[in-house]
Amino acid sequence: MPTHDVLVIGAGLAGQRAALAAAEEGVSVGIISKVHPVRSHSNAAQGGINAALNPGDSWESHAFDTIKGSDYLGDQDAIEIMTREAPEEILHLEHLGVTFHRNEEGKLGTRAFGGASAARTYYVADITGQAIMHVLYEQLMKYSEQVARYEEWFCTALAMDENNECCGVVTRNVADGSMELFEAKSVILACGGNGQVWKPTTNALICTGDGIAMAYRVGAKLMDMEMIQYHPTTLAGKGFLITEGARGEGAHLLNADGERFMEKYAPNKMELASRDVVSRAEQTEINEGRGFPDGTVALDVTVVPKKRVHEALREIVLVGRDFAGVDITKEPIHIKPGNHYTMGGVKTDVDGRTDIPGLYSAGETACVSVHGGNRLGANSLLDTLIFGRRSGVDAAARAKRTAGSRPSRKVLEDEEAMIADVNSRAKGSGRRVSEIKLELGQTMDAKVAVFRDEAGIQEAIEIVARLKEEAKTAYIDDHGSVFNQDLLGAIELGYMLDNAECTCLAALERKESRGAQYRTDYPDRNDDEWLKHIDLEQTDDGPEISYSEVTITQWEPEARTY
Amino acid sequence: MADYTIKVRRFQPESGEGPYWEQFKVDLEPSLSVLDALLQTKDREDGSLAVRCSCRAAICGSCGMKVNGQSTLGCKTQIGEAQEQANKMVAATGITAAGAGSPVRGEGADAVATGTEADNVIVIEPMGNMPVIKDLVTDMESGHWTKIRRVTPWLLPHGEAPEREYIVEPESMIDITQSMACIQCGACVSSCLSMEADPDFIGPAALAKAYRFVGDPRDAETAERLHDLAEDPHGIYDCTHCFSCIDACPKGVAPMDQIMRLRRKAGEAGIEDPNSGHSHEVAFVKIIEKKGTLDESLLLQESFAPGVKGKLKPSKRAIKEMLGSIPTAIRGIKTGKMRSLPKLIPGVHHKLPEGGQDEVKAIYKHAEEHSEEFNLYIKGEEGELIDEPNIEKGAERATAPDSPEAK
Repeated sequence: MPTHDVLVIGAGLAGQRAALAAAEEGVSVGIISKVHPVRSHSNAAQGGINAALNPGDSWESHAFDTIKGSDYLGDQDAIEIMTREAPEEILHLEHLGVTFHRNEEGKLGTRAFGGASAARTYYVADITGQAIMHVLYEQLMKYSEQVARYEEWFCTALAMDENNECCGVVTRNVADGSMELFEAKSVILACGGNGQVWKPTTNALICTGDGIAMAYRVGAKLMDMEMIQYHPTTLAGKGFLITEGARGEGAHLLNADGERFMEKYAPNKMELASRDVVSRAEQTEINEGRGFPDGTVALDVTVVPKKRVHEALREIVLVGRDFAGVDITKEPIHIKPGNHYTMGGVKTDVDGRTDIPGLYSAGETACVSVHGGNRLGANSLLDTLIFGRRSGVDAAARAKRTAGSRPSRKVLEDEEAMIADVNSRAKGSGRRVSEIKLELGQTMDAKVAVFRDEAGIQEAIEIVARLKEEAKTAYIDDHGSVFNQDLLGAIELGYMLDNAECTCLAALERKESRGAQYRTDYPDRNDDEWLKHIDLEQTDDGPEISYSEVTITQWEPEARTY
Repeated sequence: MADYTIKVRRFQPESGEGPYWEQFKVDLEPSLSVLDALLQTKDREDGSLAVRCSCRAAICGSCGMKVNGQSTLGCKTQIGEAQEQANKMVAATGITAAGAGSPVRGEGADAVATGTEADNVIVIEPMGNMPVIKDLVTDMESGHWTKIRRVTPWLLPHGEAPEREYIVEPESMIDITQSMACIQCGACVSSCLSMEADPDFIGPAALAKAYRFVGDPRDAETAERLHDLAEDPHGIYDCTHCFSCIDACPKGVAPMDQIMRLRRKAGEAGIEDPNSGHSHEVAFVKIIEKKGTLDESLLLQESFAPGVKGKLKPSKRAIKEMLGSIPTAIRGIKTGKMRSLPKLIPGVHHKLPEGGQDEVKAIYKHAEEHSEEFNLYIKGEEGELIDEPNIEKGAERATAPDSPEAK
């Protein structure tokens, strides 16, 4: 049985940062990822990372912007930590080798981003996530003696001891199909978000909410699962992301009449209002008939100087050319709001601790909560790094002070039985896994998206319940051991359905409009009743909802206008 | 929507059978990708078809594969374009991109068997220069990751880090961001002809990664890195300058350009390499400047024993190298590559007729005056930025005067 003090599941930015931080504490670390680490979805973060590092800027300003952006659902103690520690983290990354953009003096330069009162976004062209993640992977290669890498290992379940503490994880080696039980004193879930539950989504195919579901299944609390971000600028159809950096560089949003419609919705910040605000504005234009026939509005990048586009927005020039057949330097590109980010997730404290001893979570899997009802652009990379590091440090400290317990082999046997069951289903005995995934994605995008109401959410709940039943008999074609992606897809479907169910329940529960949750039947924010987190927990009687306080330190809720 | 037929090279390791071709019909918008075609096949027909994929947007680097023989990313290749390419290949050669040899199954397989195959199918294969694990999934460890680790792929600064950031030239960061844009997909490795001939070649991806550190002003081990990469017989001078990696790279990293930058820096640092790669390049440039076309025997002498001193008093190594070249020369004569006597005597090579040499010199002069790096990250898309005649654009691309576009 492979044994480590700290085991990190997921090797995006949060996971890699956690692993490096834990290794620095001198404990034995393993990092497991279902794909090669550099394939992780942190790659896709284009625009940058926020920090109040400029002399004229302050962490308080960054914190306030984040809190306002969160529609006051973010926990202010956590946001204070994140924004205070941001500058040092940026400098740490710079020292490791990230090729951040420089200003003319050769110092770190910034760009403007949505919802921010200062230009405090540090960036590498529009490949910031990729650039940071590849530099962290360089460090993992450098410290390969201290951090064991399990690349292309898929996790199917967490292992718990008799005291209900997390003590390991069951995995399947993708390359040969062998099952393995890993033992650890601390387990950190850093598996990213659940975007694949929606279709289309900007998220990669791997973003199936694995960490959220695995934690939920062992009884960890989830929080604010209704808070799903729709990004304002995604390509219609496939859902590809056009970075907010485009608007940061000055691009305009236009409706089909050529009108710069954000004037009506956010006269001060215009295109750089918070993402929930811009997405709703776009969807309103589209719903009220001022969009294009393909259900989109336009993003006009031609107003940005061409040299600047090539220097700072190169990636989206390629995306426009390769995936939409549009030269964005010459003509506007059609875009619409699209599923993008999971603000909710596994409930943690500011050191990544879940309410299960030994189980940690960081990054998009976790809900600290620093994003509350709506995440600001360029705060997600920051979240992964700050809370990845803090989780790694705390998980290492726990490993040092606990003896640890051996996971029972029963959990491994259960998982082997689960896989045997999936493998035993004959072709045609039920629906194809891919069919169920498609129906799930379309349902969620139709019913639990930018605008929601009780009837729609109820319908989604019923459909998800039916799909859960159908998943039990869904069949796959591949019954082999080597690189059986079909089987992994069936397991991922289970994760996705758990995520969907939780999101629907929380969306139904929150009877107000706040951040990304906009209820047409409850169109106002209601601080008196709903300035609180919705917690969800799996019990023997099914999902159970409870509430927890939002931590407010110095910023009382105010009306939110941009 | 349109119908396309894809022909996939499959290998199911647990079947006990060798690789085979299988054809599938897909129904897609032409703007969708080859990866979409594979995913549709997986979803609707055969879930056992193995292909690594994740982002679908050419960011994660998972889906490196060959489409119609060209190494690329499946997600970045539009199916409509792949079809046009297949049509052109069939029109030009009468055969599809896939070689014969393996059995064919699936849609239209009978037609293939009886030689009546009508469709110009889109041929999809796993990447080259790597062992195949299953279908389109390759083992990237030996061909790619081992080589990445070979170049000490992490920053090596000296001393304590500064309190704030390192202060560096803004353009230096933009410059190495081109190699930082590499997503480690392996398409360049798959296409690399040098690696096919020499599996130990460090290769385009790892050398582009190496430039990311050599070009980084924060790295303090530049000289050590250059010595290492130049002196390794499988290092920077093992590249044959074939441009395949530039064609294959989906991210505009232009690995070969990064290798040439490494060579230039190694040359500037006066590093002697066992392949005499640098003096070979210098000799090449000198000869063309003087004669306009290549004097091959002079090239040999100048590469191993440059200058008058080299002629009069060649070093032991130079003598050894030149003697070692005799078999190559003999093969040259036998195969007709060296056809006339002057080809065998250094320096007897003819010059260009009628002022032709003046034109060559003008190109050299232009190159010297425009020796600025051609970096897409600084300059923008190729073809848009320079409003000059084509010949000048060509010279722009030739970069610095001491590094000709050939070896």
